[in-house]
Amino acid sequence: MGSLILQTATRLIFTLLLLFSIFILLRGHNEPGGGFIAGLVTSGAFVLYAMAYDVASARRALRFEPRVWIAIGLLLAAGCGLAALLMGEPFLTGKWVSFSWIDSEPIKVGTPVLFDIGVYLVVIGVTLTIIFSLAEE
Amino acid sequence: MEIASALLLSIFALALAAPAIYRIAGRATGWLLSLAPLSLCLSFLMLSGSIAAGEVLGISYSWVPALGVRLAFYLDGWSLLFALLISSIGVLVLIYTGYYLEGHPLLGRFFLFILLFMGSMLGLVLADNLFVLFVFWELTSISSYFLIGFDSKRDAARAAALQALLVTGAGGLALLAGLVLLGQIVGGAEISKFLDGGEAIRAHGLYGPILCLVLLAAFTKSAQVPFHIWLPNAMEAPTPVSAYLHSATMVKAGVYLLGRLSPVLGGTDAWFYTVTAAGALTMTLAAWLTLRQEDLKRILAYSTISALGALVMLLGIGTHEAVKGAVVFLLAHALYKGGLFLVAGAVDHETGTRNVKQLGGLGRAMPITASAALLAALSMAAIPPLLGFIGKEALYEAVYRAESAALPLTALAVFASMIFVNVAAVTGIYPFFGKKPGHTPKHPHEAPVGMWLGPVCLAALSLLGGFFAPFLGDTLLAAAFTSIAREKIDLDLALWHGWTFTLALSAFTLAGGWLVFVSRDRLGGLASTLRLTSRWAPENWYALILQALNFTASWQTRILQNGYLRYYLFTVIIATVLAVGFPLAIRSEFDIAPQWTDFRFYELALAVLILLATLLATFTSSRLAAVIALGVVGYGIALLFILFGAPDLAMTQFLVETLMVILFVSVFYFLPRFVIFSNGLTRSRDALVASMAGALMGGITMVATSIQWHPPISDYLAENSLPLAHGRNIVNVILVDFRGLDTLGEITVLAVAGAGVFALLKLKSSKD
Repeated sequence: MGSLILQTATRLIFTLLLLFSIFILLRGHNEPGGGFIAGLVTSGAFVLYAMAYDVASARRALRFEPRVWIAIGLLLAAGCGLAALLMGEPFLTGKWVSFSWIDSEPIKVGTPVLFDIGVYLVVIGVTLTIIFSLAEE
Repeated sequence: MEIASALLLSIFALALAAPAIYRIAGRATGWLLSLAPLSLCLSFLMLSGSIAAGEVLGISYSWVPALGVRLAFYLDGWSLLFALLISSIGVLVLIYTGYYLEGHPLLGRFFLFILLFMGSMLGLVLADNLFVLFVFWELTSISSYFLIGFDSKRDAARAAALQALLVTGAGGLALLAGLVLLGQIVGGAEISKFLDGGEAIRAHGLYGPILCLVLLAAFTKSAQVPFHIWLPNAMEAPTPVSAYLHSATMVKAGVYLLGRLSPVLGGTDAWFYTVTAAGALTMTLAAWLTLRQEDLKRILAYSTISALGALVMLLGIGTHEAVKGAVVFLLAHALYKGGLFLVAGAVDHETGTRNVKQLGGLGRAMPITASAALLAALSMAAIPPLLGFIGKEALYEAVYRAESAALPLTALAVFASMIFVNVAAVTGIYPFFGKKPGHTPKHPHEAPVGMWLGPVCLAALSLLGGFFAPFLGDTLLAAAFTSIAREKIDLDLALWHGWTFTLALSAFTLAGGWLVFVSRDRLGGLASTLRLTSRWAPENWYALILQALNFTASWQTRILQNGYLRYYLFTVIIATVLAVGFPLAIRSEFDIAPQWTDFRFYELALAVLILLATLLATFTSSRLAAVIALGVVGYGIALLFILFGAPDLAMTQFLVETLMVILFVSVFYFLPRFVIFSNGLTRSRDALVASMAGALMGGITMVATSIQWHPPISDYLAENSLPLAHGRNIVNVILVDFRGLDTLGEITVLAVAGAGVFALLKLKSSKD
């Protein structure tokens, strides 16, 4: 590896892919997309990074070990369910809050969005755990 | 009843707190904890007035509403008799334990287990719901397991605990099946509701299976031959446990169950012959086996089995005299046997031995224990004016008035009772008042107050019970009688009934018992020579069954867990094809004729492309080509998703395919050159299996799209996605909201898979 063209391109594409994945994640509730797809896009970005540089750099770019992201994601997803349980409603009941500015459609934020972020993190964590482990063999 | 049930449930909380309480209260824990059963006992006593007057009380809480299971309690005479025994003996046993196991490092844990048992046993006898009954039944087995194996460092204790758990646990499973069937017939699980509707149940076709299953449960729990083997071995438990669980309460759970269900299941020929025969056989055999034993606790254990046999036999006979005999004998036995066990523990504690050949003349050193033991033994030997005498008279009355087989039953009862006289003399009288055979391992002292309090109270109750028998017969025992016989009569208990035949039998028994005692050594030798050859002893059946189980387990592990991925796949696919494909093939009502006309040319082109790529992947000998071909298949399918309007699926598919190709390529680099190892036959077999799997999936897809039993749920989801879940993308709303729990499960599975891969790839290198 170590191709200069690939490395330079990766720097640009990596950022774009991450932004794009967050876009896909957030639009998912209304348009095609969602945590699962966004998680795969992000994993793809990191795999590209690992190919352009090496796995160790990709791991550094990820900040935490992939398996830590799995744990964070699972906790987040399960925590969303517990929130409803604490309010005396069935596990995983969706809870919504809406904000609205003048002249804008109200923006709604709810536990399903957080749940989706949890899914996103788990998918990233699992995919990268598998790919990084295999690539390092 | 509210107070009693609240107290009962609080026992479980107290059990959990017991280790902490022990850490704070130390030596006083036994006394402190005994307040709980004491208050329960008092609350039952306060209720006993209305129960004796013929009332029944009930209370229920909602528990598992979805399954219709209510935490329902029910108090009638039969429950009350047990509840009083469990709570009152529980008080004495808790106090006794504090001294018996004084200074034991795990005493706090012991209190936890024994309180857990106490709560479960009370729950069992008070349960009004079949499933609540079952849950408590199993809890008693489990807490008994913990208590028998309390001294977990000894192999014998662990083996005995496991044996007790396996035998009673097997019975518990039978009980569950029986209770489910019973609940199906009566259409409800409340016991009190169907107690008077026995006719319909006895006439039902499932009566036979239910009877078998319930009897199996009762016989294993109450140690009837040939399931009795676990009880003598359970004597590995600390003595308070033997006294409480394995003589006074838990082993009587089977008797309780028989009594509880006899209004429903009893009264038929099948009931009479099986229950009576099992009981009579157990009573006789276990009594005979006491002669061989030299250990105080084992002698008492076999005589307990014998007494349980007598109780089962009485419930089997089922006449009014027999039910009366059962309730009286039950009470008398619990009082004297609990006392004798506690005495045995005290003797063991003070002298260091339980071997009857080494014990004698302790009366001078332990006067209080000795007098309690004497009274308990006299009650066991059925000497007036103790309660045991009245119990024995009621037993004789029942057997010689049995509707059939009266003569053999009477003979067996007299035989067993003679041996009981010997047991009483050997365990309760001779160690204290007999000749002193020599020195015991420890120099005997009087036991501490907590250890003689129990025997003294129980002995006093045996004595008072004898004098106040008419009162008991009018109140507590009459109510218990009514619960089983479903009829109210005066039990007419008294020490003196005039010159009757039973009195003659009692006198004859005493004389015979004296003879047995005198010639006990010779009889013990005879019993040892006459015993079944070891191959046929029930103890060996148990060992054989365990061996067979282990053998089967290792055999099937060898077959199934062979370590070859290809055979795992093979097994999984073949099993799926057979299990799913067979019903699909024999049910021909599906209309799966494909409509060949309704397609567009680019769909056809895509399908052909996918097929070609598949063939290439199968036949190529280049790994890279195979991976690319598979990628084409995946992308083709993603295109199909787009054509049929599923963008979310298509996006996912594209991404997964891309990552898969990357994965494959990164792994291939390390693989050796592609070589074909398999021969043509193997490959044709694999091709056949693969085609079957493909055909099955294709068939399922066609069947699934061709039938519609229910209106499709997609309309509902499409309508409610925005108003209920604030989202327009139905796929995502289903994933994160409507079926969020499924997704949570899926990502958990993903996480586990990730952890598995990590473990496989990373952790093995640390071993190298």
